[in-house]
Amino acid sequence: MSTSTKSHSEPAVYVYEAPVRIWHWINALAIIVLCITGYFIGSPPPTMPGEASDNFLMGYIRFAHFAAAYIFIIGFLGRIYWAFVGNSHARQIFFPPIFSGEFWDGVFHEAKWYLFIAKEPRKYTGHNPMAVIFMHIMLVWGTIFMIFTGLALYGEGAGYDSWQYTYFSGWIIPLFGQSQDVHTFHHLVMWVLILFIIMHVYVAIREDIMSRQSLVSTMISGWRTFKDKRDVDDGH
Amino acid sequence: MVETFYDVMRRQGITRRSFLKFCGLTAAAMGLSPAYAGKIAHAMETKPRIPVLWLHGLECTCCSESFIRSAHPLAKDVILSMISLDYDDTIMAAAGHQAEAIIEETIEKYDGNYILACEGNPGLEQEHTGGMSCIIAGKPFTEQLRHAAKHAKAIISWGSCASWGCVQAASPNPTGATPIHKVPDLGNAPIIKVPGCPPIAEVMTAVITYILTFEKLPSLDRQGRPKMFYSQRIHDKCYRRPHFDAGQFVEKWDDEAARKGYCLYKMGCKGPTTYNACSTIRWNGGLSFPIQAGHPCIGCSEDGFWDKGGFYNRLTSIHQFGVEENADEVGIAAATVVGGAVAVHAAVSALKRTQSKGDQE
Repeated sequence: MSTSTKSHSEPAVYVYEAPVRIWHWINALAIIVLCITGYFIGSPPPTMPGEASDNFLMGYIRFAHFAAAYIFIIGFLGRIYWAFVGNSHARQIFFPPIFSGEFWDGVFHEAKWYLFIAKEPRKYTGHNPMAVIFMHIMLVWGTIFMIFTGLALYGEGAGYDSWQYTYFSGWIIPLFGQSQDVHTFHHLVMWVLILFIIMHVYVAIREDIMSRQSLVSTMISGWRTFKDKRDVDDGH
Repeated sequence: MVETFYDVMRRQGITRRSFLKFCGLTAAAMGLSPAYAGKIAHAMETKPRIPVLWLHGLECTCCSESFIRSAHPLAKDVILSMISLDYDDTIMAAAGHQAEAIIEETIEKYDGNYILACEGNPGLEQEHTGGMSCIIAGKPFTEQLRHAAKHAKAIISWGSCASWGCVQAASPNPTGATPIHKVPDLGNAPIIKVPGCPPIAEVMTAVITYILTFEKLPSLDRQGRPKMFYSQRIHDKCYRRPHFDAGQFVEKWDDEAARKGYCLYKMGCKGPTTYNACSTIRWNGGLSFPIQAGHPCIGCSEDGFWDKGGFYNRLTSIHQFGVEENADEVGIAAATVVGGAVAVHAAVSALKRTQSKGDQE
């Protein structure tokens, strides 16, 4: 990368603390496992030959789904905890400053940058405002939705006396109408998360190359580096 | 003095031995300990019969058909004699004004002490448009229902019609068919939903036996269904479940897997989303149930089961997108659009970048 020669021209900033980075990668892995196994729970692979007692394919698929789901849930709870005790960047995706004019101006500028109207993006230490919007709606609320509906569906199998049934299935299933509707929405939001992944991976790589700050390496090392010496736009 | 159940049964020529067997079986069906067989017997020997008004709204009478076939041979006789079925226009001898007079008589005589068993539901649209449907003795069924409901001790919503709306409430629901618990101005009697199209005969008889024996309603789940029969899904107790866990599925009708009795999940079986007791109690005296006969469950005891797409599709059709799609079709379409947009955007980005670099140099 020709720009990388200039990339350490300004002091790097420690943005993503270790818990955030670990959560990011564990969460990414959990979501991939959840999407693949979830898809196969909805549309199972071709039938298995032999005796039923010799096979446990759906059992393993469901186990992987539930195990990954608990990692996903506990990871998210840990991430919420870190939003309280971590640095200001750890809070960013949870609280988009929707009443700030500056924030929306940033969103529009980012939109212009993506429509090839703006000549250059603004420079951010944290996420750019557009990223905050997408992460907040698709990832944070998508995750909350999947955790609630997922536990409701799990509670159906765990049974009436389980805490999953008591705290989730009992009110979520009637809320949606019936079990099948909960399945359908759980399935649809899986696709929302898949769309998020497609956009997230593309944008992260593109920004890493074309924006004025580092992206991919930051989520590995935690340090944000910059490609020019001008002031950052998010005031940190 | 009103006859007790035991009197009625003895009068009908049922031996004490058969009577006690019935009590034992009913206790088992309700998931009670063997000690309860004696309590049931005692209740039947000492308690007067419960008067029941069985009203019919918009329905197909499949609940009645199921009920009179209550599988244990004794149960049919017992239940029909056990309750004092004062009014049921399908099977009663009286007709016309005579029949209608019985409703008034029961309401007066047993005010607040009879059970209103409702099969079917009222079409409320007529209240708004003035159209007429389901007229009984010159009045809309809605009026009969409201009148009887206000004086009842409890209401049993028989079947999916009374519980959820069923086929007459399926989209677009031209008559405004409304399940009992959603009918306005119905009084305060508790409502027990016994969904199914029809419900299992033994479930119907057991609900009545429970009310009779314990003089209270069975414990209900949050949706108003008796927990003892509707707390598990068909899938949870299905005898084909091991094939599901093994990943062995019927792929198309009459294939080798179908002959071997593999899981019907891919044929659209709604067992995993349907709360009912079919896979434990089964039908026709425990003889079989749809999945055992090789047909996927259609989810007939679930709310709105007519509006969830084909009975033979695993994934629900989503009508909101204008054309019928399922979650995967919607998702793949969205992913294709976004993926395509990303590819184009990436190409344009690369081009722009090359251009701007060219400008700099």
